[in-house]
Amino acid sequence: MFAVVGTVPDEDFPLVSGKVTMDGDKICIQGHSVPVNRGTPALLAAAIKTCETLNSNLPFGCLVGDIGKGAGSRRLYATLVEQLTSFDSGPGDSQLKTDKRSETGTDLNVFVFHYLQPDVDWHNRILMAMEKMRKRPVLIADAGFMYAAKMSGFAAEYDLFTPDAGELAFLADEAAPHPFYTRGFVLHEENKIPELIARAYEHENAARCLLVKGKTDYVVDEKQIHATVDTPLEDAMEAMGGTGDTLVGIVSALIGTGMSVIKAAALAAKVNRWAGHYARPTPATQVIEIIEQIPRAFSRVLREEK
Amino acid sequence: MERAILVFDNTSEVIRAEGVLKSAGWSIRVMGPPPEIRSGCDLVIEIPLMERLNILRTLERKGLLPIETVPVVSPLLQPVDLFQSKDFGDYLMVRAANMKLTIHKKSLVIVNISGGGCPDVPYLAEAMVGKKLDESPSPREIGHTLCGYALQLAYEEIKRQCLP
Repeated sequence: MFAVVGTVPDEDFPLVSGKVTMDGDKICIQGHSVPVNRGTPALLAAAIKTCETLNSNLPFGCLVGDIGKGAGSRRLYATLVEQLTSFDSGPGDSQLKTDKRSETGTDLNVFVFHYLQPDVDWHNRILMAMEKMRKRPVLIADAGFMYAAKMSGFAAEYDLFTPDAGELAFLADEAAPHPFYTRGFVLHEENKIPELIARAYEHENAARCLLVKGKTDYVVDEKQIHATVDTPLEDAMEAMGGTGDTLVGIVSALIGTGMSVIKAAALAAKVNRWAGHYARPTPATQVIEIIEQIPRAFSRVLREEK
Repeated sequence: MERAILVFDNTSEVIRAEGVLKSAGWSIRVMGPPPEIRSGCDLVIEIPLMERLNILRTLERKGLLPIETVPVVSPLLQPVDLFQSKDFGDYLMVRAANMKLTIHKKSLVIVNISGGGCPDVPYLAEAMVGKKLDESPSPREIGHTLCGYALQLAYEEIKRQCLP
């Protein structure tokens, strides 16, 4: 069972946790619905489509409204720190624990951290709380939380980061606290990706595994490039918001089934590319059109895998 | 010339203060903070130290006082200042740092916003996508983070390229 921790772009959206479902082009959690545009809702929608296709457990969401002011993220961080150990079926009767048990009936063993306000102090408190769990969960970070994980110096504690080429350059630049400050000499041309991967590991700014999203997707295991995926190629996807989020949603759902991180990363890269291909995208295509193609993409990729 | 940095409570205030000071004609730069005061999503404003009091008075009039003023003793991080443009035929994409903004060239409608990882990116996309370049709210007005600031740079660049 996997949990997705992130934000929705509505300042008034309350802090909620529970099983996430989909209704048309919206995700639904605890009686609230959120349109799927990009960000964490897109991640969750892609994860749900993956779970439905594989007939596996739906994601458990921990969501809060945040439009970049950080207050929602900090409230979510504080609640998580207070209640994290309850995810591991320890003593206590917190709301999150109650929600989790009533809705999933199983322990959460994968945590995905996504569009959250980067804050090193809160990141470290979350990580410490995770370390106190009886069984350490698989840890996946993308977007703002990945920025904080890198800046904290604890990147190596994570099982998977999912950077795009620009974010990989940020991981490779040991001095940059945010992609906005990546130094000019750390270029992120496609042909430099292996070099950037090596540099990110050299300074211990990479997770155990990486899934680098781009014209070619790179699956990296413990510093070694394990696989590359470059077909089909849809150029327009570079301009589309949310295509990285769908990839993280697919890989998270696969890891949630118990699949190894590396196998899940390679499979997710293929599925996301085929879903994009089937959507026949232009630079104006919206991400929900790709999400709708995930079941079809899975059919093709799983058939080929056999 | 000796320089100092103005440290604000959050990035939104930095973005507003930058606008106020630039409109007032001050020579200032938005920069990255030194390591000892970084918390995660930070910007600071670099100012000439000698002008500190005048600058603070300008900000005070707008209710935008920084939480502290610190002399610059080591090099500050420079924001990424390179733009990349990509022509998709009917569409044009401009990238600034980790943010990409794409418009339909003929109608000048913003069709997509991608990249970034801070929580205002989905919010900005919701507010801007589907609007014409000259009718959209600017990221400077409604953004709050470094990703929002980077999107502002892409927005200014695409306006420079496409609007008369």
